[in-house]
Amino acid sequence: MIPTPDLSHLTSSDYEHVYEPAEDTFLLLDALEEHADELKQMAPLTCLEVGSGSGCVSSFIGQILGSSTLYLCTDINTHACRCTRRTGTQNKVPLEVVHTSFAYPFHARLKHSIDIILFNPPYVPTQMEEMSGAQKLRDIEGSWAGGNDGMQVTNKFLELVDDLLSARGRVYLVALKENNIPEIQTRMANRYKLQSTIVLSRRAGREHLSIICFHR
Amino acid sequence: MVRLITHNLLACHAKGCTSNNFPLAFSNVQIEIREAEFNPEFLKNFIPKIEWKALVDTARQLGDTSLPLEQPEMIDDDFLKNLHHVLLETHVEEGVMTCPNCKHEYPISNGIPNMLLAEHEIG
Repeated sequence: MIPTPDLSHLTSSDYEHVYEPAEDTFLLLDALEEHADELKQMAPLTCLEVGSGSGCVSSFIGQILGSSTLYLCTDINTHACRCTRRTGTQNKVPLEVVHTSFAYPFHARLKHSIDIILFNPPYVPTQMEEMSGAQKLRDIEGSWAGGNDGMQVTNKFLELVDDLLSARGRVYLVALKENNIPEIQTRMANRYKLQSTIVLSRRAGREHLSIICFHR
Repeated sequence: MVRLITHNLLACHAKGCTSNNFPLAFSNVQIEIREAEFNPEFLKNFIPKIEWKALVDTARQLGDTSLPLEQPEMIDDDFLKNLHHVLLETHVEEGVMTCPNCKHEYPISNGIPNMLLAEHEIG
């Protein structure tokens, strides 16, 4: 049993601006824990979390993989970047945080070389205006508002992962039933020859959540 | 934190800036040295990913001359300890990173580099 990262340093005022770990976060942790042995065996050199928010997920995988992996985190929300950094320190996992959109500054140097990519996207179906406004505000709304089918930000991410993922790499993505998971899987297989499996699924209130794992 | 390992992986991504956009040049930096767990296996595995000249030049610019100009063929413990210190223990907490090509400036504050671009600057 891998302990949930210590988040006791984060306060309610942090959670006014940064997504507080919830059922979707914990499902991702559970999926990583289920794969813990194979992840250790794979000995990834680089792990990237897009939209690292509180830093909970990267700190968790850091506890699994230890000092044999470099942990890169990005977020468009400056509050989230600071929280990620503090959570890394609190849990003694060195998280490298870059305030940026997706992973743009890494594409030139890490083409096809990232071993683990994690993304818990804003997946909630909302009005399109709400999604684009939220991404511009770079605050907490941007952590959940996903536009029409909840896929606007995820679609952009899915166009970028092939360029970053290493030959042995894996992508772990949180998705909602309404996001049309079979369509996502077919699309990634057809366009990029990325295979995928559903690691875990769980109902949490009104949300039916799954963790999709993509690999080559 | 911007450790030199991260700096070695960051390139300018401003619109149209696709060549000579690496390494970003540091200026006005505040550096902190913080001890990190020494993991020789990680370092050996990571060496092929490093742009060596960029790393050595950057380290020297920040006052650390412990790394050889050419990557050594024989990797011994002394070399790995120096590499460990440069890559994983040298933190740039404050400063600016400037693109050698388009001169775009990326500020670093509290160890976090701001590499967000305005919509019209995105490639």
